Amino acid sequence: MLFQQIVNGLALGAVYALIALGYTMVYGILELINFAHGEIYMIGAYLGILLLTFFTVVGLTQNHLLLSLFLVFLGSAIYCAAYGLTLERVAYRPLRHAHRLSPLISAIGTSIFLQNYVMLTQGSADKVFPHILLPEPITLFGVPLGPLQIFIILTSVVLMIGLHIFVSKTRLGKAMRATAQDKRMAGLVGIDINQVIAVTFVIGSILASAAGVMVAMYYGLVNFFIGYVAGIKAFTAAVLGGIGNVPGAMLGGFILGLVESLGASYISSEYKDVFAFLILIGVLILRPGGLLGEKASEKV
Amino acid sequence: MKTLYYIGIPVWLGLLVQPFMGSEGALALAVVIFLGGLLWWTAIQVSRSVRLPTQIGILLEEAGRLIRTLSGRKPSDRQRRVLTLTITGAVLILPLILNNYIIDVLTLAGIYVVLALGLNIVVGMAGLLDLGYISFYAIGAYSYALLSTRLGVSFWLALPLGGSVAALFGVVLGIITLRLRGDYLAIVTLGFVQIVHLVLNNWDRVTNGPNGILNIGRPALGAFVFSRPIHFYYLILAIVLLTVLAVDRLNRSRIGRAWIAIREDEVAAQATGVDTTRLKILAFALGAIWAGVAGVFFAAKFAFVSPESFTFFESIIVLSMVVLGGMGSVPGVILGALIVVILPEVLREFASYRMLVFGAVLVLMMIFRPQGLIGNPRRRVELQLQDQSQGIRTPMNRERA
Repeated sequence: MLFQQIVNGLALGAVYALIALGYTMVYGILELINFAHGEIYMIGAYLGILLLTFFTVVGLTQNHLLLSLFLVFLGSAIYCAAYGLTLERVAYRPLRHAHRLSPLISAIGTSIFLQNYVMLTQGSADKVFPHILLPEPITLFGVPLGPLQIFIILTSVVLMIGLHIFVSKTRLGKAMRATAQDKRMAGLVGIDINQVIAVTFVIGSILASAAGVMVAMYYGLVNFFIGYVAGIKAFTAAVLGGIGNVPGAMLGGFILGLVESLGASYISSEYKDVFAFLILIGVLILRPGGLLGEKASEKV
Repeated sequence: MKTLYYIGIPVWLGLLVQPFMGSEGALALAVVIFLGGLLWWTAIQVSRSVRLPTQIGILLEEAGRLIRTLSGRKPSDRQRRVLTLTITGAVLILPLILNNYIIDVLTLAGIYVVLALGLNIVVGMAGLLDLGYISFYAIGAYSYALLSTRLGVSFWLALPLGGSVAALFGVVLGIITLRLRGDYLAIVTLGFVQIVHLVLNNWDRVTNGPNGILNIGRPALGAFVFSRPIHFYYLILAIVLLTVLAVDRLNRSRIGRAWIAIREDEVAAQATGVDTTRLKILAFALGAIWAGVAGVFFAAKFAFVSPESFTFFESIIVLSMVVLGGMGSVPGVILGALIVVILPEVLREFASYRMLVFGAVLVLMMIFRPQGLIGNPRRRVELQLQDQSQGIRTPMNRERA
């Protein structure tokens, strides 16, 4: 029972962590809560369903399951990246030097817009993920574990390792870190700030799309409002780990997933969201920078 | 290069929406955007080559003058008096000849005016981004619902009580968030909304869960019971007037100036002797009072409360009123609240599209008119002074520190 709940929590936490990475990276560079990021995740989930339905109609899924799943992830990622890019270009770039509330309101507006756009074009009813044949549950320590949970955890870990290598080893990753530290200075040493910001949005959107497709597979159905709650939770995870901090977002996501899963099964399922927020408030009061965040001293 | 945009943008957007709208929808959208762009381009070319006829020019100038007058750029005393009289007359007399539906919409608008003015204290004046403002509204509404159904407390007693309970919670939230700045504050207040919403939904013994509380007592004065829409209209009108008076006084007071100092630069404010701790908590408390009062009225008007009315989304709606109208400006915020409540009612035929439009309007406002419809006059003065002295570093466009 406990082990089962821990695995559930890790799978949930992996999804939160993937979304949280998008929040934390954008915040690290633009100091903006990208409220529309949850909507990108929702769009990713919808695209997963739409693409898999398409492949099933064409007949690809029946013959080559793994290939079609791979194409679903890839297609969803490409589309979400395009949405992320457009979002940044339309709603955020014109406001880069505005008062700091302006981009936040713009983000909220975009979030409302995207939710209603999906509702109007796809309807407000639940969208069902096409049935696919899955392998039998694997038994570990006498507990049956769903193949999907293992798949979610493994995929997320692979993506996170990939992100870590990208940020710490590549030239573009270095440019991102420099931009996060000091935008103006980075610009002076020849980094194309606009390009770095665009790349940040693309990476965040790709991770969110992966989370979206996996959640659609896991729960079997999605709706146009799933982005809102997931977005808030993921942002909570990002703050918990220390916003702007990439490993922090991963840690925060897993902690949040575990707290929710364990809290729901051992204390009260109705109040599971309350635990998450109470932990958040507690962390912010005792350690305002988050768990892995630096102790930020105020610049005067 | 320009030509590339005129073709590239429609194609890009068409491809983006294709999975959601289907090929025909995507094609239609692309064509519409392309034609729109073409029209825009033609309009620019025409306006460059053709001069406007004199009459239209004069008309535009007059309209501009009227807008400047309304937005508070030194109207003459006579203009001011005429404007005040017209508005007062319309607000007092017009409802007598309007139908109940319109009066209900106006009453709702009144509630939101009170909420927006209250939030304006926290966000517009003190500069604390509170996304959880609606919880105080909920606390006020449930206070009256419980006081009325359990203890039979009258509306008039509940009005200050509900306000005080909300203010108390405001103080608590203020103390909790004292050390947090900017976005952290936003996320904690957001968590606060979620917690209040969940408690209302799940604490069945007290709040009756998602079913809400029914049969809340109506306000009464002696034998006269407020029951028809018009009664509630005049009641909320009185509350709105009280709020406007109080907020306007606050804005001009020592406290109001201290809040603005905190908003512009907290460290500098502290250094010049402003007690930032006390004033920030005070901002939360004084903002929450009005949400509590509005909540009590809401419960009395509809005789029913349920958690559904107090979601994070409502918080955003109220915040958008403040931003749309102009942060820190009392007439602006009133206008913002009226627009956000009344416009969707007018556009009822396009009901399913109105939230789509609302989202887009928020984005466009931020890009093209971030100071709101009627900007805060004091802020404008600051802006002009700084423009003259320093050139570019103004409060509105300075780099985020």
